[in-house]
Amino acid sequence: MPDYQNPMGNSPLEVKVISRRIGIPNSTSLDVYLQNDGYKGLQKALSMKPDDVCTEVKNSGLRGRGGAGFNTGMKWSFVPKQSPKPKFVVCNADESEPGTCKDRPLIEYDPHQLIEGIVIAGWAIQAHQGYIYIRGEYRYLMEILDHALAEARARGYLGKNILGSGFDFELHTHTGAGAYECGEETALLNSLEGLRGYPRVKPPFPAVVGLYGGPTVINNVETLSNVPHIVLNGADWYAKLGTPKNGGTRLFCLSGQINKPGVYELPMGFPLRRMIDEVGGGLPGGRKLKAVIPGGSSCPVLAADEVDVPMDFDSLAKIGSMLGSGGVVIIDDQTCMVKVARCIARFYANESCGWCIPCREGTNWMRGLLERFHGGGAVPEDPDELLDIALNMLGKTLCPLGDAAAMPTISLVKKFRNEFEEHLKLGYCPYEKKAVSVA
Amino acid sequence: MISEALNKKFDELISHYPLKRSAIVPMLLFAQDEIGYVSEEVIQEIARRVEVRPIEVEEDIGYYAMLHREPIGKYNFQVCTNISCMLRGADEIFEHCSKKLGIGHRQISADGRFSLEEVECLGACCGGPAMQVNYDYYENLTPAKIDALIARLRGKG
Repeated sequence: MPDYQNPMGNSPLEVKVISRRIGIPNSTSLDVYLQNDGYKGLQKALSMKPDDVCTEVKNSGLRGRGGAGFNTGMKWSFVPKQSPKPKFVVCNADESEPGTCKDRPLIEYDPHQLIEGIVIAGWAIQAHQGYIYIRGEYRYLMEILDHALAEARARGYLGKNILGSGFDFELHTHTGAGAYECGEETALLNSLEGLRGYPRVKPPFPAVVGLYGGPTVINNVETLSNVPHIVLNGADWYAKLGTPKNGGTRLFCLSGQINKPGVYELPMGFPLRRMIDEVGGGLPGGRKLKAVIPGGSSCPVLAADEVDVPMDFDSLAKIGSMLGSGGVVIIDDQTCMVKVARCIARFYANESCGWCIPCREGTNWMRGLLERFHGGGAVPEDPDELLDIALNMLGKTLCPLGDAAAMPTISLVKKFRNEFEEHLKLGYCPYEKKAVSVA
Repeated sequence: MISEALNKKFDELISHYPLKRSAIVPMLLFAQDEIGYVSEEVIQEIARRVEVRPIEVEEDIGYYAMLHREPIGKYNFQVCTNISCMLRGADEIFEHCSKKLGIGHRQISADGRFSLEEVECLGACCGGPAMQVNYDYYENLTPAKIDALIARLRGKG
């Protein structure tokens, strides 16, 4: 028997769009879904021209929730109208960015919302086959999805002649088997073709040459879950929920040293400081804020004096970080930032697929330096050495994993250099004797 | 011997794709779930079914972290030690599991019942520290919760 709770938080400040059915009894069943506006978006979409669906999504300002933040409707519009090869819709459910746990409840409690979004995307780009690529660890979610897919198929929301429209669309789940790299869209495509998850050279982009060489749209679970609501309620309604060019709401996963950890649906542009203090209830035991990872461990870390920022893609880019995947990790003043850097470096060194040399060598080199730093054996040149390695990885790899390892490391060394120097001076970690556990 | 149920699962998986080899990784994982690891027989059978050379199946096994060529414990403890869990005491949780089970990272207990692994982010960040035992999630872990779980699993055999 597993032992965990629904991670969805509860705050009066939330604006619930994609999370609004979570909490309704039997929310995974098709009947309950239909009683709560289910498949109305699909019905409406099928009465529209595919191009108009694309335009509606584009105008809503919906941007990719997996991390890159590209305008979703724009991504769809790159798919050629005529293609000699079959087109595909692929849902990226390989959620594995450290700090991110939002796709899990979306699938667990509202699988039909995701299925509906995928079928609408299929109609918009005129594809007839889709796959949900789900990480191997999420086996129980795959079972929930498979059950929902069978229900949808039996009732005419999937398969041949959907809702009498003449449109055919088939959808299957596909399990991964443990590889962070497969969350990158071209590595994911290779994995889906039965190969190792190594990234492909871009261009050509997947919208033109993707799965089995056919035009392919790849969107994150949260992105696609928004689509039925946009089609049903209109682009203007969705856009107005957020800030300019950052439409809608966003699932934020508050984790780390925070009183009320949880997944919260908040308007795009919600202020980070209020998110920590009012939504998350502040830090436990009167501790002080030291840093925040704003969107998963690939993002440059924010120091405590940088948290007066609206949480949208453009505002975070302006201060040199990223909104990423919505994983907001709160770090308190009793945490060793060298240990944080080591934790992040270990992860990327472990997950680098080894295809690009700067990433393969750089991640391991950074890990080695940080191990010796935290262990007390660093030399005075090491902080600059770390920066030098990281800067030599940036932009020199096929996929963003190299950047994802370099960016947080650069920010940690630059913003918390005093802690690195202190380790050097003392020859040991000044925090190690203090308990880090708040659980 | 590949069981009848697994044979049917293989048929179904292959039918989902225009290219048979797409089914390799799902086939490997489902076979492992049944047998406990990926055996030589499974590799040969999958290669035959999807019309690739056995070495191509082995290439995948070497890449994906969840696939293994040797048996592991009946109950595989996979403790997340990534950032969100680390901030809430995951290192102590891993140490506790290690002490209680008497094994370290990627080791198997002498009776073959338990194995332990330090794993990457499991997508349970808001319930950290967290782990999976096989596919089951356990979150907001404490040493006491782990003791109770190990006692229960030992009793189950």
